[in-house]
Amino acid sequence: MSSVIACELPPPLPADGSGPDLGQYQDAGTIRRLLTSARTVAVVGLSPKELRASYFVGFYLQRNGYRVVPVNPREKEILGEQCYPSVAAIEEPVDIVNVFRAPAAVPGIVEECAGRAKAIWLQYGVIHPEAAERARELGIEVVMDRCMKVEHARHLGRLHWLGFTTRRITARRPEAP
Amino acid sequence: MSEREVGAETREFGFATRAVHAGARPEPHSGARATPIFQTTSYVFEDPEAAAAYFNLQEYGNTYSRIMNPTVAAFEERIANLEGGVGAVAFASGLAAQAGAFFTALPPGDQVGASRALYGGTLTQLKHLERKLGFGVTFVDPDEPDNWKEAVRPETRLFFGETIGNPGGNVLDIDAVAEIAHRHGVPLMVDSTFATPYLCRPLEWGADIVVHSTTKFIGGHGNSIGGVVVESGRFPWDNGKFPGIADPSPAYHGLAFQATFGEYGFLMKLRAETLRDLGACMSPFNAFLFGLGAETLPLRMERHTANALEVATFLTGRPEVETVAHPGLHGSRYAALVAKYLPRGAGAVFSFNLKGGREAGARFIRELNLFSHLANVGDAKSLVIHPASTTHRQLDDEELRGAGISPGTIRLSVGIEDPRDLIWDLTRGLEAAATPASEDDEAPIGETIECPL
Repeated sequence: MSSVIACELPPPLPADGSGPDLGQYQDAGTIRRLLTSARTVAVVGLSPKELRASYFVGFYLQRNGYRVVPVNPREKEILGEQCYPSVAAIEEPVDIVNVFRAPAAVPGIVEECAGRAKAIWLQYGVIHPEAAERARELGIEVVMDRCMKVEHARHLGRLHWLGFTTRRITARRPEAP
Repeated sequence: MSEREVGAETREFGFATRAVHAGARPEPHSGARATPIFQTTSYVFEDPEAAAAYFNLQEYGNTYSRIMNPTVAAFEERIANLEGGVGAVAFASGLAAQAGAFFTALPPGDQVGASRALYGGTLTQLKHLERKLGFGVTFVDPDEPDNWKEAVRPETRLFFGETIGNPGGNVLDIDAVAEIAHRHGVPLMVDSTFATPYLCRPLEWGADIVVHSTTKFIGGHGNSIGGVVVESGRFPWDNGKFPGIADPSPAYHGLAFQATFGEYGFLMKLRAETLRDLGACMSPFNAFLFGLGAETLPLRMERHTANALEVATFLTGRPEVETVAHPGLHGSRYAALVAKYLPRGAGAVFSFNLKGGREAGARFIRELNLFSHLANVGDAKSLVIHPASTTHRQLDDEELRGAGISPGTIRLSVGIEDPRDLIWDLTRGLEAAATPASEDDEAPIGETIECPL
């Protein structure tokens, strides 16, 4: 179904704190390291429609220097790049597989990532702790329930230009863009 | 990117550290340590594609200072960080900030449940919006959470109260009122001007939106007018009651803000549509001063609240004083709420009633030397106003009581001076209040008293 689960609000966790511990998949240091080291990002469920969140993210990543590889079996080309029907069909090394799919699709994507990708990044609301555990067993790093565009803008970009909280506290001089 | 910054990512920095640093990293081009004042209307685009991406909201980019400005953004991020919000949008004044939040959340026909103890300027704004824009407003006595239940109508879309009421000192049971609001699928907005994020952070108690007049304690020096809206990023604006935020926007080719920007949806709408359309933006220079003020907020609020409690305690022991409405005083009806929500202090603005009515109030004001007689609060300097002889001068005694004000009500905003000097000043005022003057020096407040020389 939804290739457009995107930057929607995550579903509320149980009030008694019994929900999955997502914090282990949201470590700011890991996120920052992945964002700075990655070059190629496969976007699974990338929509060709400009107003979809997946397109916003793909467009943004491409503008910010990443090579974006669209994964969408219904399209031939998105963002000027050839589409692949699945992660398994991608013919080049991938650093991060960024997922805009319903949680049920995640276990299959994880298996396809084995030996092909260094990390899998699940967007807001794409929550599947068991699949994340399996990915780690396969030596794949996991980010879950986070938006790649927002995190890039927070750590390396311009989220602060719109008055959003980056939580970046430092007296060190950043490199000029 | 400096790798040396890694490690700071995950540290939970304290409030005072964040008050100084949040939003204000060194400027990358010049290395300037103070936040530069970007006194510019507009920004050169890198190329046409960048311009298109900025205007389509696909990339975070500066376009025009009515909508965003780096100096203003540094201040916005600082306040958002201190409040625990996902972001903030600054406005030209506190009233503009409130109006911006109303415009964003409410189409005509919607209804607001609002505390009847709100600041007078806010009450007036709500009444005008009701008439001119077709919002409905139901006012409630905020002190009993159950009263808020009775304000709920099918078209209710927002609850609005103040952390500490002005001037009555009512303390809102944020936790309980937020719970009622959420049960009905509506957000709670709180004006937290009198508390500041140092004394209370309403978002931590379940509120969804916080507004401030930054003119007051956040700026702290009485030099600039400004306001800010902070949002938690947690409210489900797509719950079916807020089509204005969740549905595709005709102003952006059908962009659905909530679905596209998620937790940033409300604030993106507030900035990219409401601020753009209303135009009540904060100036970069004012944002610079507010950011500077916020750096010392923890220090000032400690002194403000300690001084205010000392002054209030002093007043309770004076024979010229009938009542003192400081919520932090021993035996206050709000003591339990203060203990829960305001453990660091119950603010620095409160009112008290003088015996002797209007004339005593005027004599009191005239005798003061340190307290500035003016219509503002939250300055480093101590401030005083006597509503019956100034802001509410046109009302007779009965009308005054209807507004919750007595003829002898005095409102103080206690500054950060030496408290013994403030008490010296107030003592002289109280003695004058208790001494009916002879007719020849009975010049009304506000009129020139001619110098004999």
